Amino acid sequence: MPSLKDLKNRIDSVKNTRKITKAMQMVAAAKLRRAQEAAEASRPYTERFNAVLGGLAASVGGSDSAPKLLSGTGSDQTHLLVVMTAERGLCGGFNSNIAKLARAKAEELTAAGKTVKVLTVGKKGRDAIKRDLGDSFVGHVDLTEVKNVGYDNAQDIARDILARFDGGEFDVATIFYAKFVNVVSQIPTAQQIIPAAFEAAEDEGASTLYDYEPSEEAILADLLPRGVATQIFAALLENGASEQGARMSAMDNATRNAGDMIDKLTIEFNRSRQAVITNELIEIISGAEAL
Amino acid sequence: MANTMQFDLVSPERALASLQASAVQIPGADGDMTAMPDHAPTITTLRPGILSVEAEGGTQSYAVTGGFAEINAEGTSVLAEQAIPTGDVTAELIDGLIATAAAAAESASAETKDAAAKNLADMEALKAALSI
Repeated sequence: MPSLKDLKNRIDSVKNTRKITKAMQMVAAAKLRRAQEAAEASRPYTERFNAVLGGLAASVGGSDSAPKLLSGTGSDQTHLLVVMTAERGLCGGFNSNIAKLARAKAEELTAAGKTVKVLTVGKKGRDAIKRDLGDSFVGHVDLTEVKNVGYDNAQDIARDILARFDGGEFDVATIFYAKFVNVVSQIPTAQQIIPAAFEAAEDEGASTLYDYEPSEEAILADLLPRGVATQIFAALLENGASEQGARMSAMDNATRNAGDMIDKLTIEFNRSRQAVITNELIEIISGAEAL
Repeated sequence: MANTMQFDLVSPERALASLQASAVQIPGADGDMTAMPDHAPTITTLRPGILSVEAEGGTQSYAVTGGFAEINAEGTSVLAEQAIPTGDVTAELIDGLIATAAAAAESASAETKDAAAKNLADMEALKAALSI
C-alpha cells in the first residue's frame, strides 16, 4: 500500500505528463495545418506534371528508344527500397507501420530470390529496420536539420537515387511513405518510381496533338528525372502531414489516458486518507473505552 | 485588351500566378518563344532565363531555372522548377545557383557535359539579364 505522500507525488507527476502531451498535441495540430497547406500548394504542379508526363510516356513509351527510367533495365533482379519516415518519434504507429510494410516487401522479394537494397530517409525508419535489413543498407538521408521540407531536399534525394540507377546499382525503385487520409488514418503506401508507372492518360488530354520543342524523346529524357524528384517531393509532403496527424491523435490519446490515471489515483488517494482518519478514530475510541 | 488567355505559373512548392494574359514570353530550351492566344499546342522545356507575362495590369517577369511549359487552346501553363519574381532575386541567390551549376558542370560525365555547360552559361546569361 503506497503512502499518502507517494500517491500525492504520483498524481503530480502524471499531471505534468498530461501538460506536456497536451502541449505536444497543440503543436502538432498547428504543424499539421501548415503541412497540409504545403501539400495542397504542391498539388497543381504534381497533377499537371503527371498529366504531361503520362501523355508523353504513352506516345513514346512503346518504342525501343524509350529511356531506361521509363522502360526499365530489362530485369528486375535488384530492388531499391526507399523507406521514408519521420525524424522524431512519439507519433503513434506512424513510423513502425511504414517500417512494417517495407520489411514485409523486403521479405517477399528475398523469398523470390531478388536482391534488396535499402535507402532510408528519416532517422526513425533506419532505427526500426536496422536489425532486420541492416546488411542491405546502402545509404541514409538525414533531414534532422531541415525545418521545412522543400523541393531542394526532394531533388537531393532524387539525384542520389538517379546516380545509383545510372551506376547500375538497382533495377527497380520503390518508395514507402504514409498517405494522409485524415487525422486518425494514415495509410502506409508503397509506390514504384523507377521504372515510372503511370495511370492511363485521360482521353481528353491525349486527344490534343502537341508540338514538341525540342523532340519528344529529349523532353521525356529531361522530364523523367524531374518526375522522380516530383514524386519524392509529394511523398515527403504527404509524410509530413501524416506524421503530424499521427502525433496529434497519439498525443490526444495520451492526454486522455493521463486524465483517467489522475482520476484513478485521486480516488485511491482519497480512500487511503479516509482509511487513515478512520484508523485514528478507532484508536482513540478503543483507547478511551479501555480506561 | 480583347484577346487574352489563361496563364498559370506553378512551382513544386506553390502556385505563383494564375491570371489572364495577352502574351507570355518563354525562355524555351531551343530559343525564346512568345505564346499568344490560339497558339498551336506545344510543349517545350525551359532553360534558365526570364519569363515575362503581359497582362492587363502591366508586364510581370519571373526568373525561372528550368522546367517546362505547356501551351494549348485553353491557355499556357508553365511548370517551373524554381520561379522567383525578378524584383525579389538577389545577387546571393543567383550566385548560389551559378555555383551549383558550375559544380554540376565540373563533375558531369562525358554524356551530360554539354548540357551541364549550357545550363551554366544560361545561368550566367540570366544573371547578366537581371543586371544585379
